[in-house]
Amino acid sequence: MSTFILTESKLDPAKAVYDFTLLAGDGWMHEIKRGQTVRIVDLEGNQAVDTLFYNAHDLTDRYSAQDTIREQGGIYLTTGTKLISSEGNVLATIVADTCGRHDTLGGACAAESNQVRYALDKRFMHSCRDTFMLQISRWGHGATKCDITHNINFFMNVPVTPEGKLSFEDGVSAGGHYVELRAEMDLICLISNCPQLNNPCNAYNPTPVRLLIWN
Amino acid sequence: MFEENLPGGGLWSWRLRRHTTLRLTDVEGGANVSLMAYDAAEPLDRLNLPDTLKAQYTARLTRGHVLMSDMGHALLSITADTCGWHDPLGGHGNAAMTEKKFGEATYQEKRNDWYRNAHDNFLIELGKHGLGKRDLVANVNFFSRLDVDAEGRMKFHAGNSKAGDTVDLRAEMNVLVVLNTCQHPLDPNPQYAPKPVKLTVLQTPAPAPDDFCRNFRGENQRSFILTERLFLGA
Repeated sequence: MSTFILTESKLDPAKAVYDFTLLAGDGWMHEIKRGQTVRIVDLEGNQAVDTLFYNAHDLTDRYSAQDTIREQGGIYLTTGTKLISSEGNVLATIVADTCGRHDTLGGACAAESNQVRYALDKRFMHSCRDTFMLQISRWGHGATKCDITHNINFFMNVPVTPEGKLSFEDGVSAGGHYVELRAEMDLICLISNCPQLNNPCNAYNPTPVRLLIWN
Repeated sequence: MFEENLPGGGLWSWRLRRHTTLRLTDVEGGANVSLMAYDAAEPLDRLNLPDTLKAQYTARLTRGHVLMSDMGHALLSITADTCGWHDPLGGHGNAAMTEKKFGEATYQEKRNDWYRNAHDNFLIELGKHGLGKRDLVANVNFFSRLDVDAEGRMKFHAGNSKAGDTVDLRAEMNVLVVLNTCQHPLDPNPQYAPKPVKLTVLQTPAPAPDDFCRNFRGENQRSFILTERLFLGA
């Protein structure tokens, strides 16, 4: 059996400089300054939060799932994980986690991958990568589809078996669980609060998450 | 159609025409081929390993699997494989990692025996096609294997590929393939010793209705249908 190490935060939500509830299926793109701490709260439980980070001063220096898991020698993200960029820099560190395990292998759902995974007529369901597209289009600064790379799925559980099979297990999260990250440089954070209804990643009922930032 | 011998640490790219096959041969055993792939006509349509892995419920790649793009297209089918396990998790190394692990061996000092790294090799070959840092995607490492234990820890599996092992990649559309032969970043060998790989481009038949890769899973069938739509009316 695998071990989950849970780490609580001492930060007081009343003292946060930013407090926002992101509704089910919505997107969020926001700057987080170096040294600030961001908390993502799974308000009702089993909600996948598809997340990308970029160096705020250079979009080409962005979260890399492969570099992150290789440099820590393990596929799951939890307290102590350093999020590594495509250029080998530390973007952020997970400093608290009451869930204990987060996925970065499963990627984000998309209209096109829903067609492949479920049925050709699933193209018109709402998806994370459509949310990402709209957010980066609004953000501007030259961001394009090639900046939508391989994300973190906070609160998702995607184990790999010794035979190399990828499985999508029941969520390990529950209402009120949270993950907290300290920005190690000025960051842009891009989130899709996952709208997927074809599989149990959101327990077939996408729900809101709360986003808090402290100085 | 033609053949090239790529030395260890070497770099290569090619526009592989639809239904031709790229055969990779591990000449000495213990090779590693880091590979990215794009639609040759519209490179925004590109290899997406999370989509590839979750569609086929796998964290390893072998015969039957299809490398899929973020737009749901089948880029490359693994039509033959004598090795049995190719790594989609470990990514690739960069200059800083290479120097930390192996020390420094510059071009000025070593000429073409200098230490090359996968990240720079990818940027060089991508640049030849007008692509750059923003076009780097998660890569496959052919001939390498990582084992993942119950805690999620990853360990390099030594001896995965033997001399003469081959893997065949059939293009299901016109595919830009970008690859290099630097060592796997988790290869514990403390010496810089990347292995050579033979590259063979072969004319192969279009997949028949009963094609193994096409029918490997329903997901693969649907990806093939979406890909074939790109060529309708042409």
